Amino acid sequence: MSLRFVEGFKFTRIDSPIHRMDPRAKFILTLGFFATSLMFTNVYVLLIIFLAQAPLIILAKTWRRWGRSMRGGLFLGGFIFVMNFIFGTSLTLSIAFTLRFFAIMSAFSFFFMTTSADDLGLALDQIHVPYVVSFTFTTAVRLVPTMALDAQTVVDAQRSRGLELDKGNIMKRIRNYIPILIPLIISAIRRSVELAEALESRAFGANENRTSITTLKLHRSDYAAMAATVLGVVAAIYVYFYLPLPNLIIPFKTPHLFE
Amino acid sequence: MISVEHVSFHYPGSSETLHDISLKIDDGEFVAIMGENGAGKTTLVKLFNGLLKPDSGSVLIDNVNSRDRSVAELSRQVGLIFQNPDHQLFAETVGEELRFSLKNFGFEESVIENRVTSLLTALDIEKYVNASPFMLSGGERKRVALASILVWDPKHVVMDEPTIGQDYLQKDRLRNFIIQLISQKKVIIVVTHDTEFVAECNPRVVLMSKGRIIADGPAKSILTDQTMVEEASLVLPQMTQLMRSIPELHAPDDIIDVYAARKFLLQALKARVETRRERR
Repeated sequence: MSLRFVEGFKFTRIDSPIHRMDPRAKFILTLGFFATSLMFTNVYVLLIIFLAQAPLIILAKTWRRWGRSMRGGLFLGGFIFVMNFIFGTSLTLSIAFTLRFFAIMSAFSFFFMTTSADDLGLALDQIHVPYVVSFTFTTAVRLVPTMALDAQTVVDAQRSRGLELDKGNIMKRIRNYIPILIPLIISAIRRSVELAEALESRAFGANENRTSITTLKLHRSDYAAMAATVLGVVAAIYVYFYLPLPNLIIPFKTPHLFE
Repeated sequence: MISVEHVSFHYPGSSETLHDISLKIDDGEFVAIMGENGAGKTTLVKLFNGLLKPDSGSVLIDNVNSRDRSVAELSRQVGLIFQNPDHQLFAETVGEELRFSLKNFGFEESVIENRVTSLLTALDIEKYVNASPFMLSGGERKRVALASILVWDPKHVVMDEPTIGQDYLQKDRLRNFIIQLISQKKVIIVVTHDTEFVAECNPRVVLMSKGRIIADGPAKSILTDQTMVEEASLVLPQMTQLMRSIPELHAPDDIIDVYAARKFLLQALKARVETRRERR
């Protein structure tokens, strides 16, 4: 089992128009994709929302890592599809929920791959989010790659003790993850306690009136991206309420296994 | 026996971590793999139980190619003890922690209980059998992690930085335990920066730097070679430094531990006493 898909959520400094964008504009763009994905259950619309992100990913020169994160999401996507399907949701709706998962995952992958934790912190500060909250959030983002590395080491350590993650039926496979999750949670708690102590030892929070040497400035392209997002969301609301759309219809009876 | 033949390896998205490594470790051998951070030591030992597969070349464990076996199958032969015990401990009790791998490998219940009891006794942690591993000290957790690997009696034992977080007494116990394992014809491989521990154990040393093996031989000759040691970002053992800092002693260059230093100093003292007697 590889946790390389986490790289699809890790920031790398690349010179691209998307990386140069203001984090606030990128966040609104991401929220736009997120909101419209939640709005629709139409397979075609969800597919359009998913594919509409492709030019941005290509422009950000991150399509390889994006592809890796999508591949990593296949297990969870498959799980969402199977669970919906066996619990009586129609086949079309099961496909729609799976597509929705990938559209949302792709939007956040795009945001985190192209926005540094520093920029994110600055953006939060400039929209007057309390420093303690913004610091906690950016620290959590920063720790994602470290946690992924830890998770890979835990997986390696347990595999070295004869644990075979992909063996057994679905319930056994889920149980196989207990020896992975417990060490991860324990080490995350230990790390957070140590981090809190280290921060307090360095007088974290002593000065409430913090200033920043850098200030973010929205450019024309940022305003254009935000305006396009707002227009897109308004158009989506209009389509949702007033425009009947054709949907994918698959004449297949769901199994209703648990009725 | 472990045989590494012209192995190269790189992690995806990074440059080559191991370059053309060749190494043969016979049964009953004790080998310390040393080198600077990022030299490729841990990557090399992860190839031994199949966690990583080489890009080119081959790793043979008792003449079986690591590519032809799963990690679980290879781990039965190669026990790998990770540096940080917190990366593997998860069970409610220490006893359960040890039973986990034995169950994975399909041991019978009666064998499981015998092995758990004997290992806990051997590592002096039998009183913690029903305690939560998370409530133990760092050193104790490290011993539980060690016990949880040795419990299935692998023929090859690989320890990644086993002395970190251990006090002197525990290091001494570990050294004696290693000697005991070697007497059972096991292959012991220790990845470490701890020059003093290696100097006292006096094993074969494989020195690595920038993904290559730069020296391979007895600890006495490798750890006393200043140029080589500095290239691997290590330091000479304290006894070697002490002896070299007093040129009047005319001590041999290969003194690395306290026992050799004591032997030499006693001989030098005796020789001086005899010379004085003769003069009188």
